[in-house]
Amino acid sequence: MDWEVVIGLEIHAQLATKSKIFSGSSTAYGAEPNTQANAVDLGLPGVLPVLNEEAVRMAAKFGLAIGATVAKHSVFARKNYFYPDLPKGYQISQYELPIVHDGKLEIVLDDGSGKTIGVTRAHLEEDAGKSLHEDFHGMTGIDLNRAGTPLLEIVSEPDMRSAQEAVAYMKKIHSLVRYLEICDGNMQEGSFRCDANVSIRPKGQEEFGTRTELKNINSFRFVERAINVEIERQIDVIEGGGQVVQETRLYDPDKNETRSMRTKEEANDYRYFPDPDLLPVVIDEHYLNEVRKTLPELPGEKQHRFEKHYGLSAIDAGVLTASRDMADYFEAVAKISNEPKLSANWIMGDLLGALNKNNLELAQSPVTADMLGGMIKRVADNTISGKIAKEVFEAMWQGEGDADTVIEKRGLKQITDTGAIEKIVDEIIANNPEQVEQYRSGKDKVFGFFVGQVMKASKGKANPQQVNQLLKDKLK
Amino acid sequence: MHNKTIAELAKSLASGEFSSEELTQHCLDRINRLGDQLNCFVTVTDDLALQQAREADQLRAQGKAHPLAGVPLVHKDIFCTNGVKTSCGSKMLDNFIAPYDATVVNNCKQANMVMLAKANMDEFAMGSSNETSFYGPVKNPWNLETVPGGSSGGSASAVAARLAPIATGTDTGGSIRQPAALCGITGLKPTYGRVSRYGMIAFASSLDQAGPMSRTAEDAALLLNVMAGFDTRDSTSVDQAVPDYTATLNDSLDGLKIGLPREYFGEGLDGNVAKVVDEAIKRYQSMGAELVDISLPNTKTAVSTYYVVAPAECSSNLSRFDGVRFGYRCKDPKDLEDLYKRTRGEGFGPEVKRRIMVGTYVLSAGYYDAYYLKAQKLRRLISDEFKQAFEQVDVIMGPTSPTVAFKIGERMDDPVAMYLSDAYTIATNLAGLPGISIPAGFANNLPVGLQIIGGYFQEGKLLNVAHQYQQQTDWHLQTPAGFE
Repeated sequence: MDWEVVIGLEIHAQLATKSKIFSGSSTAYGAEPNTQANAVDLGLPGVLPVLNEEAVRMAAKFGLAIGATVAKHSVFARKNYFYPDLPKGYQISQYELPIVHDGKLEIVLDDGSGKTIGVTRAHLEEDAGKSLHEDFHGMTGIDLNRAGTPLLEIVSEPDMRSAQEAVAYMKKIHSLVRYLEICDGNMQEGSFRCDANVSIRPKGQEEFGTRTELKNINSFRFVERAINVEIERQIDVIEGGGQVVQETRLYDPDKNETRSMRTKEEANDYRYFPDPDLLPVVIDEHYLNEVRKTLPELPGEKQHRFEKHYGLSAIDAGVLTASRDMADYFEAVAKISNEPKLSANWIMGDLLGALNKNNLELAQSPVTADMLGGMIKRVADNTISGKIAKEVFEAMWQGEGDADTVIEKRGLKQITDTGAIEKIVDEIIANNPEQVEQYRSGKDKVFGFFVGQVMKASKGKANPQQVNQLLKDKLK
Repeated sequence: MHNKTIAELAKSLASGEFSSEELTQHCLDRINRLGDQLNCFVTVTDDLALQQAREADQLRAQGKAHPLAGVPLVHKDIFCTNGVKTSCGSKMLDNFIAPYDATVVNNCKQANMVMLAKANMDEFAMGSSNETSFYGPVKNPWNLETVPGGSSGGSASAVAARLAPIATGTDTGGSIRQPAALCGITGLKPTYGRVSRYGMIAFASSLDQAGPMSRTAEDAALLLNVMAGFDTRDSTSVDQAVPDYTATLNDSLDGLKIGLPREYFGEGLDGNVAKVVDEAIKRYQSMGAELVDISLPNTKTAVSTYYVVAPAECSSNLSRFDGVRFGYRCKDPKDLEDLYKRTRGEGFGPEVKRRIMVGTYVLSAGYYDAYYLKAQKLRRLISDEFKQAFEQVDVIMGPTSPTVAFKIGERMDDPVAMYLSDAYTIATNLAGLPGISIPAGFANNLPVGLQIIGGYFQEGKLLNVAHQYQQQTDWHLQTPAGFE
C-alpha cells in the first residue's frame, strides 16, 4: 500500500532573556548547580511569580514575524504534575489562550519548491529544572538553575509530509528565532528542542492515523532519522496487521530506534486551570507597533534584497540568507572585496566545504569575513589569480594569517610585469618547436599546453590574461 | 498595659509612660502565664521580641520612630518570617524555618513593630474552628470549651484574651471575620489586592487576603496603614495609593444607606444572634443611617461555589509540599512514588486532604466544565449582584456568622455544617470585596459579630462605620473572665 506521512512539530525555543520568566534569577548557562535558583525558582511556600516583560516582547516579535495573531488577551495556566525537578508541582504555561496563534511559514525544499506550513500557536511557559541521575549513587540530584527559564513553545499544524519537510521547517524556525535574536538556537545546550508528532495514513484517506509523539530529538540529523525510523515502524505495525498505539516514544540515537515511554492511558491529567497568581497579559496596538519597529530584516526580505542589490541568483541568495550569521558574513565579505558574486562563490564553495569537512559552525570559522574579503580583494586587483587564491585560502584556514601576510610570506604575488612573462613565454616556445608546429597547422587544443607550461614555469604566479595574450601574439 | 488599644499604646510609648521593652515583657509574661490554656501560639519569639523592642526604644529616643514603633503584635503562622519557624499549622512545615520575610511582616518590621509570637491556625488556613491545626485546637477565651473560629483562631483568641494588643490574620472565606465575631474582636478583610500576598502561604490564591485583627476599628485602621500597599512581588496587588485610614474614622454617618440583604436574615440564622444584629442595626438607624431592604439571591450558591474554587486552587498550591526541597519528608522512601505518597499522606491532616481531593476532582478532565468553569460563572454572578447592590447602598450589613462559638468537636464530623458557618462571609471573598466584623453584643454569653461589607477599596468607609458604632457602644471593650 502507498502510505502518506503526517508530521507536526512542537519546538521549544529558550528565550534569550537575561533573567527568568517569573523571577529575577539569571538564565546564564553552565553555572554551578542551584546557584541560579532563588526563592521563587525553588517554589518556597508563599512566593509568587512576576512576569518578565522581555519574554512577552520576544513572543510578540515572533508572532509578528510569522504573520500570526498576537493575542490582545492571553492567559497563563497551571499544568499540574509531580516531578522532583518541577519545584511547584505545576508548570506555568499557557493553555486555552496562548499569546500567539494562527501564523505560517514558507519552507523551501531541496528541489527548490516551496511549501507553506501553518503555525497553530506559540505560547510562553517556564522550563523545569534538571534531574541528574549519573553522579549520585542510588540517588538523583536536582539542579534548578534551568527552572523558570522562559520557553516559547511553537506548535505547527500537521502540515509536513516527510522527514525532509520536517527538517526544513525546523531549520527555518531555527533561523528565524536567531534572526529575531530571541533565542541563541544552541541545540547542544538545549536552547532549541523539538518533539515530533508522527502518523501515517493510506494515500488518499482524509482522516488522520493514530499518532505517536517522539521526544528527545535535539539535532536536525536526529529529527530526520527519528521520524524515518518511526515511519518505518508504523508501516511495519500496520502492515503486520497491528495497530499504532497513541503514545509518547523516546528516540535513541545510539540504536537509531524509538521506544515507548508512556501510553495515553498512563498520561497525566494535567488539570490545567488559569493561574490565579498572574493577571491576563493584555497587549494593545500601540505596544505591537513598538515591537514591530524592532523587527530586523527577515530572511525572505533579505533574500529578495540580495538578488536585487548584489545581482545574485535566487538559489544563491537563499543559501546566503539561510541564517543571519551567514548573511552578515556574506555582506561583510562583499563590502570589503566589492565583488559580491565572487564573494558568494567563495563562501558557498570553498568556505562551506571546509566548514562541513571540519564539522564547524560559521561562527567557528578560522577564516573570518575580514580575511576572506581581503583575499577576494587581492583576486579582484590581480595581485593573485583565482588559482593561487585557493592556496591562500588553505593557508589562512591553517592559521598563517590574513591574505596579504600569506601572499607576502609565500611569495605568491602574481607576475604582471610583461617583460618577465614574455621571457618565460619565449623560453617555452623555443623549447617546444614540435608543439609550435602543431598549433600553427591548426591544432588549437595545443594552446592549453603552452598556458600550462608557462604557468608551471612561473609557479602559477604569472597573470593568466597576460600569458594568454602574449602566447596568442607570439604563436601567430 | 494590656487593656490599652494600640492607639493608646502608641501614645504611651511616645510620651515615655513606659518603654516598648517594658510593654513587650509584660505581654510575654501574660503569654507565658495564660497562653497555654488557649493554645493560641505555635511559636513565641521571646528573645527576638525583646530585641526588636529595644531597637524600637532606641529609635524613639532618636525621634526617628514610626508612630507604631515598639507596639507588639502577633503574626498568624501563615506569614513567612525570616529565621523563624513558619508552620502554617501543619506537620508538613513543622520543621520549616522561612528564609525570608513576607511583605506584610516586612512592612510591620519597617514600622518597628514588635513580633511577640506566631499564632496557631487551622492547617493551611483550611477550617472554621481552628481544630484542624497540627498543634491542636485553639480555645475561645470566652468559654474554653468552645472554638475561637477559624482559620485565624490563634490571632483572634490572643487579641480577645489581651495576650497581644493586635494581630495579623488572613481571610479566604471568612477566616478573619468569623473568628473575630466568635471571639468578640474587630477583624477586617480588605479588598482583594489591597495587601500583598507575597510570603503568605497560599491556600486559594484568588481569594486569600491579609488583614488586621484588633480590639477597635481605630486600631485596625492603624495596622492597615502599615500592612496595605502595592507590591511589585505580587502581580495581583493593586497599584493604588493607600489613604490614611484613620483620617475618615470620624466622618458622620448621617444619611448612610445600609443595605440589608434578606438572604442574610433567613433560614439557618440563630434567633439570638439575629436579635443582637437587629439591635445593632437599630443603633445605626438612630445615628442617622437609612435602612434599605435588598436582595442577594446568589448568596445561596456562594458556599457551593467557594467549595469548588478554593479546593481547586489549593490542590495546585499545595503540590509544592512534596518532601523534595523543604518541610516534612517520610522516612526511608522506597522510590519516588513512595516519597510522594507517604510524605503527603503523613504530612497533611484530614481536612487538607479532603480539599486536595475535591480540588483535584473538579479540575479533572471531563469534570472541569461542570464544576470549575460553572463555579467561575457563578462567581461572576455573585460579583455582579454586589455591584448592583452598591449602586443603591453605601454598605451592606448582616450577621458575620449564623451562630455563636460552638463546642469543640461538635462539627468535626460534619464538614457541611462546618462550611455553613462561613455562609455570610464567603460571598465577599468570591467578589473580592472588603468586609469587617465588629463586636455587637452577646448571645448565650458568647460574642456576636456584626458584619459590614463595602464596595471595592472602601476600607476607609467600613472603618468609619465601625468606629462610629464603637464610639456609642462598649461591646468591643468587654474582656473575657480570667483575662482582665
